[in-house]
Amino acid sequence: MNIINIEHIAKIYEVGSEIVKALADVSLRIDKNEYVAIMGPSGSGKSTLMNILGCLDTPSRGIYNFEGFNVSEMDDNQLASIRNKKIGFVFQIFNLLPRSTALHNVELPLVYAGIGKVERLERASKALESVGLSDRVEHKPNELSGGQRQRVAVARALVTNPSIILADEPTGNLDSKTGNDIMKLFQDLHDKGNTIIIVTHEEEVARHANRIIRIRDGFVERDEIVRERTFLSGN
Amino acid sequence: MRNFLFELKEGLFISFRAIGANKGRSVLTTLGIVIGVWAVVTMSTAIKGIDNAFKTGVASLGSDNIFIDKWAWFNHDTPWWELRNRRDLTMEDYEKYRSLAKLPIAIAPSNWTRKLVKHGDNIIESVFLTATTSEYLNTTNLTFSEGRFFNELESNGGRGVAVLGSAIAEKLFPNGGAVGNIIDVSGKKMRVVGILEEQGSWVMGDFNPDNQIYFPLEFTFKNFIHRRESITINVRAANPQSVAEVEEEAIGIMRRVRSLKYNEDNDFSINQQSGLLGEIDKTVGVIQIAGYFITGLSLFVGAIGIMNIMFVSVKERTKEIGIRKAIGAKRRTILGQFIAEASIICLIGGFIGLIFAVITGFVINQWLPTVVQFDAVILAVGISLITGIFSGFAPAYTAAKLDPVDALRYE
Repeated sequence: MNIINIEHIAKIYEVGSEIVKALADVSLRIDKNEYVAIMGPSGSGKSTLMNILGCLDTPSRGIYNFEGFNVSEMDDNQLASIRNKKIGFVFQIFNLLPRSTALHNVELPLVYAGIGKVERLERASKALESVGLSDRVEHKPNELSGGQRQRVAVARALVTNPSIILADEPTGNLDSKTGNDIMKLFQDLHDKGNTIIIVTHEEEVARHANRIIRIRDGFVERDEIVRERTFLSGN
Repeated sequence: MRNFLFELKEGLFISFRAIGANKGRSVLTTLGIVIGVWAVVTMSTAIKGIDNAFKTGVASLGSDNIFIDKWAWFNHDTPWWELRNRRDLTMEDYEKYRSLAKLPIAIAPSNWTRKLVKHGDNIIESVFLTATTSEYLNTTNLTFSEGRFFNELESNGGRGVAVLGSAIAEKLFPNGGAVGNIIDVSGKKMRVVGILEEQGSWVMGDFNPDNQIYFPLEFTFKNFIHRRESITINVRAANPQSVAEVEEEAIGIMRRVRSLKYNEDNDFSINQQSGLLGEIDKTVGVIQIAGYFITGLSLFVGAIGIMNIMFVSVKERTKEIGIRKAIGAKRRTILGQFIAEASIICLIGGFIGLIFAVITGFVINQWLPTVVQFDAVILAVGISLITGIFSGFAPAYTAAKLDPVDALRYE
């Protein structure tokens, strides 16, 4: 079953009098339980693609279909609702609310989803437990290590049971050991049936996925199945 | 509706967290509103106090009284020279009026002079003295702390007896013991027979009983002025409802007494306390407008301060707004959050301002009879809330409109 169906989308910015084509013409399909890496050098348009895939932005042209909803024609509030319920974000620099506890950070998407306090706390605790942080729920981000912060971010992404998890350079700010831990977390999530999209410029990171989409100059340069996937063994 | 309440509740929680996280700045922001609300509430309390003071002050004059006089006290329509050219109102007129009037419960003629008053080394220059008859007491609500008013015998005989206002007694006899003592009024001796209780009618200026001395009218005719000089007739009606009838009767009698023809205007004036109240209301009204304008201005400055800080706060928390939007906050959620934040800051400020205003109210109460009124509390809370919403709206709208992609990228 395919979750994401993109047909001939383009994104064009006007910077002063200049017209910049961030995405020229991209078509993609991503199925349920795929593990996709989107790769490309900086300026290739991969960030723009990620923003559109994450419903943070809409394409200038073309059609974006997300689980049968025509996202390309939605307004701000509808997009917010899709992001809230269907997409879990993991960012390179974690993007946690600095003055809130881990628990509150994880709980927040459920607040916006209109879920009551009791259920919220239960689900948030469970999400933190699933990333191995049940002993850190009352800590604030500055009391956590980089790896732990990223785990909180993953828990926040998971808590709403989204259709896809969208990670933007999730290991970019971590050393290779903790980076691997996070990649192992994604691998486990994938094994449990989640659909994961990782945006990265590191070949090594991308090789954890089972499919790599390479973007260059606003086009899909190559879309390939990974033959020799990196598997991390559990500890 | 349930959804709205849920969002309101969560919005308030989020706002409380944000305010708690920025304590220092929140305190500074609040200061503007504290001062603003304090000023407005204190102002309204003070005005209420002035109003009360005027009203109770005038009350010692008696609300059921009319004063027949050559002069119109509060009417500015008749030119002063016309008033001056009127015939004097004499004791003769008073006697005739007194014999004809049926409705009043008390009638007393009076005349005012200023004299130097001494007792030993204590000297008061230019004291306001009311020369009148013993019946005068029945036309007023005066009360005594010591002694009595002069009696009919003393009054008719023009004896040198005096009743002192509380402030006068205090100045002439700092150590007490006034009653029975002799005071010197412009070289004439008078024996003190009574001291009035403090009436607190300072709004009446010279006419404040606290600063007056009362003595027999006959004494003044013997020693200070000629019998034919103009006097004022104090007339008291039985109750407030009959004041109008007493006035009607007085006009009729006085026209007869003065032998006025049907086509001649009254050559006397009927004055009333309500005239004074009208003057007072005008004065208080001006104070009120000026006061509310000035304090309103301070509140406005406070509101601008909050708006400014909310704008800074939105700028500073652009990233946070980006994160919130990325994980599903809608525009109205962000809008609500920032408006709630500004409103809570204002409400807290308003509450603190109110506490200060209540304290100030007690201080003001030393001079003016007033405390912070319940409507002032409503006013304070209302103003704070409106200020919060007003000053929070523009920054909140800016925050709500932020593009999530730009906001997330913001460093």
